[in-house]
Amino acid sequence: MSPAAPGRSLRILLFEGSGSRPVPPADRFVMMSTLLQRGYAVTSVRHGDPVTPAGRRGPFAVLGRFTATPPSEAQDEATGDRVFFRDLEGTAPDSVASLVEGLQAESGTSKPGGWKPWFPVIDYGRCTNCMQCLTFCLFDVYGVSADKQIRVQSPSNCKTDCPACSRVCPEVAILFPKYKMGPINGDEVRVEDIHREKMKVDISALLGGDIYAALRQRSVDAKQRFLRERDDKRALEERRKCLAKLQQQLDIPPEVLLALPSQDQIRAKAERAIARAEGLLGGPPGAPEEA
Amino acid sequence: MSPPTNAPRIVYCHCAYAQVVPPEVKQHVLRVLTESEISFEAVADLCEMAARRDPCLHSIAGGGPVRIAACYPRAVRWLFSSAEAPLPEQGVEIINMRVATAEEAAAAVVGAEARSAETI
Repeated sequence: MSPAAPGRSLRILLFEGSGSRPVPPADRFVMMSTLLQRGYAVTSVRHGDPVTPAGRRGPFAVLGRFTATPPSEAQDEATGDRVFFRDLEGTAPDSVASLVEGLQAESGTSKPGGWKPWFPVIDYGRCTNCMQCLTFCLFDVYGVSADKQIRVQSPSNCKTDCPACSRVCPEVAILFPKYKMGPINGDEVRVEDIHREKMKVDISALLGGDIYAALRQRSVDAKQRFLRERDDKRALEERRKCLAKLQQQLDIPPEVLLALPSQDQIRAKAERAIARAEGLLGGPPGAPEEA
Repeated sequence: MSPPTNAPRIVYCHCAYAQVVPPEVKQHVLRVLTESEISFEAVADLCEMAARRDPCLHSIAGGGPVRIAACYPRAVRWLFSSAEAPLPEQGVEIINMRVATAEEAAAAVVGAEARSAETI
């Protein structure tokens, strides 16, 4: 599932300031962790502290143990946004999620969650704009800005748990914050990391000029062996072993390896992206790659 | 008791869609925050917010001193940049819940212990 489209999400304020009674800490913890786990952002307001900076937009729900009955709904004078009020008195802490989900539907805001936010993040302090990530990525995650700068154009296109583009980045400039290991997860880059990442690129090159050629050759070899020996099980096993070895070395999902394009295809793709950025194809620089 | 007016705002990231932050660390940090008298912002997942360019990131980045309990500072900094809401050079503390112990992280978040906080 893709991330919610840029738009409005329902904000929650757990209000314990003037005109409300405090929520017991244990209940506060249960309410907040339940809502967070379901993808809602919650502002815990104590003593009327101004934690919500000006400029925030979108409907929000104010939850609290109010001393006087609040209106069920009002309008934010500054923004015109809807503001919902709900009294938590008598509400079990673990029932707050259903209450909020009802308000989310009523407010017409997007439903949070449902997508593991897996996408590359570029460390522009390291990036040299070499475009290797753009040419390597199979899913058109990358694009080029009007000023010819590489950028993450379509994060929701990214293949979940695939860090392949970070493996080919010679500068270790591509992060996946949810990756398990450094420096891809955002840990500081050390000199040995640069050597190790470059070695991984070199390993793929040593397999036969480039990783694509190597994979295609292995596939051809497996097919030839299949034809020669009429042993489909053996050919498939060979292919499985090759892919497993590469997958282990590069931590790339097997379905991605199976879908790798040719070098000619990726060169053409890079040229198209740059041409689009220069406006030669008539489309906006960020327009998605055509099929 | 309210924190001093010049105290940094606190933003806690629950990293709800992955298991990369040890659950015991984030639960402990959230528990300490909810047991304190401090107002704070809790977000489900900063990565998800960055992917959809949530305008709240601008409020976090541009609202003055802030202390963010999340993950690696390099990742957090470039996540905000990716959403075109870059964090300022000064006045931002990032506490890395992926490497800190539960006690270290919680102490750093509530400000009683700043040694384990990484500052960018």
